[in-house]
Amino acid sequence: MSEESYIHRRNRPLQIYAVIFLILLYVPVLFLPLFSFNDSLYTTFPLTGFTLKWYEELWTRDAMWAALFNSIKVGLFVAAASTFLGIFAAKAITRYRLPGRGPIVGFIMLPLVIPLIIFGVALLVLLSRLGVPLSLYTVSAGHLIVCLPFAIATLIPRFEGFDQAIEEASADLGENGWWTFWRVTLPMVFPGVLASFILTFTVSFDEFIMAFFLTGTQPTLPVYIWGQLRFPQSFPSVLALASIIIAVSFVMVILSLYINRGAQFGGTKGSGHD
Amino acid sequence: MSEQSIHTSVPAELAPPGKVGRLSRLMHRSERARGYGLIAPALTFMLCAILLPFAILVVMSFWTATGFDFDTSFSLENYKQALERPIYAALLERSLWMSGIATVAAVVLCYPMAYFVAFHVHRHKMFWIILMTLPFWTSYLLRVFAWKVVLGYEGVINSFLISVGLIEEPLEVLLYSQSAVIITLAHAWAAFAILPMYVSLEKIDRSLLEAATDLGDGPVMRFLRVTLPLSLPGVISASLLIFIPTTGDYITPALLGGPDGAMIGNLIQKMFGPINNWPMGATLSILLMLCISVICVLFILLTLFVRRRIS
Amino acid sequence: MTEDAYISIRNVDKYFGKFQAVDDVTIDIGQGEFFSLLGSSGCGKTTLLRMLAGFENPTHGEIYIDGQPMSDVPPHHRPVNMVFQNYAIFPHLNVRDNIAYGLRKHKLPKAKRYEMVDEMLDLIKLPDYGDRRANELSGGQRQRIALARALILRPKVLLLDEPLGALDKQLREQMQLELRQLQRTVGITFVFVTHDQEEALTLSDRIAVMSEGRVLQLDTPSGLYERPHSRQVASFIGTMNFFEASVKGVQGEKVDISVRGLGDIAARTTGQSLAEGEKVQVAVRPEKFVLTADQPGTPSSSVPGIVETSAYLGERSHFFIRLEGLDQTVAVSAQNSAGTQAFGDGSKPVWLSWTEDSLVLLPPE
Repeated sequence: MSEESYIHRRNRPLQIYAVIFLILLYVPVLFLPLFSFNDSLYTTFPLTGFTLKWYEELWTRDAMWAALFNSIKVGLFVAAASTFLGIFAAKAITRYRLPGRGPIVGFIMLPLVIPLIIFGVALLVLLSRLGVPLSLYTVSAGHLIVCLPFAIATLIPRFEGFDQAIEEASADLGENGWWTFWRVTLPMVFPGVLASFILTFTVSFDEFIMAFFLTGTQPTLPVYIWGQLRFPQSFPSVLALASIIIAVSFVMVILSLYINRGAQFGGTKGSGHD
Repeated sequence: MSEQSIHTSVPAELAPPGKVGRLSRLMHRSERARGYGLIAPALTFMLCAILLPFAILVVMSFWTATGFDFDTSFSLENYKQALERPIYAALLERSLWMSGIATVAAVVLCYPMAYFVAFHVHRHKMFWIILMTLPFWTSYLLRVFAWKVVLGYEGVINSFLISVGLIEEPLEVLLYSQSAVIITLAHAWAAFAILPMYVSLEKIDRSLLEAATDLGDGPVMRFLRVTLPLSLPGVISASLLIFIPTTGDYITPALLGGPDGAMIGNLIQKMFGPINNWPMGATLSILLMLCISVICVLFILLTLFVRRRIS
Repeated sequence: MTEDAYISIRNVDKYFGKFQAVDDVTIDIGQGEFFSLLGSSGCGKTTLLRMLAGFENPTHGEIYIDGQPMSDVPPHHRPVNMVFQNYAIFPHLNVRDNIAYGLRKHKLPKAKRYEMVDEMLDLIKLPDYGDRRANELSGGQRQRIALARALILRPKVLLLDEPLGALDKQLREQMQLELRQLQRTVGITFVFVTHDQEEALTLSDRIAVMSEGRVLQLDTPSGLYERPHSRQVASFIGTMNFFEASVKGVQGEKVDISVRGLGDIAARTTGQSLAEGEKVQVAVRPEKFVLTADQPGTPSSSVPGIVETSAYLGERSHFFIRLEGLDQTVAVSAQNSAGTQAFGDGSKPVWLSWTEDSLVLLPPE
């Protein structure tokens, strides 16, 4: 194309590489739905026939339903709590000259890089020393650690994406901090809030490592699945369940990214004054 | 419009109230107080949920297990055992080694992809980024499970090879091996590698590349002398973002590793589960953290050194 | 504090960490004045304006507005309103709600509120724009909305942070006129920040020229142009020729000076006391020189020179003239006429002459 500059001219091998990369990225996951419709206990080729019986069987599993509702309960709570805390944290991080800002942000983001098993066992040890019984509350606490960095990372670009002068204009026109937040800040960052809610819900819903250590008698869905993996006869139902979860997760994440479009990955819009 | 209209139509009480509350004055005085006030809830939670448990974990690593209870007197016994019994060191070394290979594989394979999207995708960039990172947002457990389906003894690859007649017996090396774990780790964490590298490539000012070309560099030299050094921060963060979490992983080795592919995470999990030796589990967690910290510091120093040599 | 000062800035310092943005600034601004803060970027003018608005607090010193100390008063309680550099129009609200934004607290009936908004829309010559969304507006329109949004609250002081900077040249000149007219209509004190000296000269009653956090000179536009106090101010506003000189003799206001390039000439002091032998600088605006082909009748205030280069600008021409004993050329600006065409070729010497009034004596560098 004539509009392409020298630097940007087409690179055929790289294009082919990209396509192969994407195929390999998705293929393993796509085998799950494929075999979930296969009329066989085993995930082997050749396929033996189309069936919906694994999905039907799933329908009758009370324990699966209980685990699903546990996960939804935890997910909703964690999404609400982490987004709520994240809004204020993101505002503080982007709007104030705070000494020690770097270390504070680094500390809050720690769960993104430290092996979650460490957080899981550390929290388990603390809870057991305090005599707190494991329950959905303890799972929620664990998930809040994992989700808060995601919420803040989603919200920060939103705050950075709009000029601070807009909030200052509100103060200048006579509104105090509280009213400025309701009348200006929240409407401006709302797509980010929604995206953060959906993303943190998805992360919590899918989280296994922490949940494994912190679940009491009520398992979340991933913990339930982990338990089922020991039984070969449950394998096809797990495939069916996994297919549904992956499909729903894909839709939710695409939805949240779509809502929050324009504020991705730090954005390039700078703001500031001399 | 005249002077009158604006002055008469606006009620006199429009002037802002002169009285200002005490708290309001204080908050206005201290911008810092406001900022810290806003971040306090999140920070307090994180401090309680990270530092406190971690402190107890450290304390517990100096205890010893006595049957179902703990001996809470200070003891270095666990650390002594961890250093003396070769199984611990071997497992730790193997974990770091496997994570290291998975990290290098993921970074090397993802770099061209990040480069492609940053430099050669002009329309629908967002679509490509979503496409590359989407799998990352879905359940890690299920992605690993998918690889079990692919690599399993009676899995996709084996049954496919048998049905086309290339092999007669299922290959056993596919599942329950170190390579199965490494492949899965590299694949599952690919999105984590792409994003930071993409961001740092995207940030590179295109005129720098044109300048390098203008000054006589061909595509290869330009890449080595301009693009790569400038994208190094992205490469470093991608490496750390994969290496650190994967060293402690236990899902992948548990599902795909078998005895040869077990990692330190599996042992830690067992210490808190079936083996029921929490203090030893705590000790191993602390040792894992220490190893990760040392390796990361060395890695960052090395890359800084290399970068200085290049430029 | 001066009795009639409406805004009084007293010994204000502002530090950002170790960096001093504003350095011991004291300014008094009268009621109804159009006051400008002029300086290049980073000179502290915006910081000073933001301290008036309450977005920054002085590290030391105090600001009084209408006699009230402002340090403890947060922005939303101050009797000032601001027009922001990029206008800060609320993107999620339409024009009417933008303008009515600050009225919420005043608990007016809706009809009254709309009536006030419509009056403002008339004032800024944008009637029927109430339902437009913010992103449907041009730069000039946004600027007017920002003005209306601030003026509807009838502030005691209106602060303007480079409000014309984002507009193109033609629109900017039109808005300058409108702004000045508007200020006279509403009679509110305007504090205007700009880096554009021409804009400041056109609009202001008085100007404070700032550099590195300090006020270099505070004067009327003509005062700044005709009687700058320092070389920095002189060269910041318009073009200026500088000559090194030393004082030969002093008799009251009259001084005899020896000027490199111009010779021994007579000048007048502007208040400063000079001693014999003291080094000074002589500053002359390009248009104060008179260019003639023949020697004028005042040999004590004229020198011969050669036109080195010239630039034709339509109404005027600029000549750069080499004088004997001077390294740099002297800039002269002259109205174009039939006679001036002949100066351009540089083949013949020309005569440069001046009057005593046109010489400004400055301290040496």
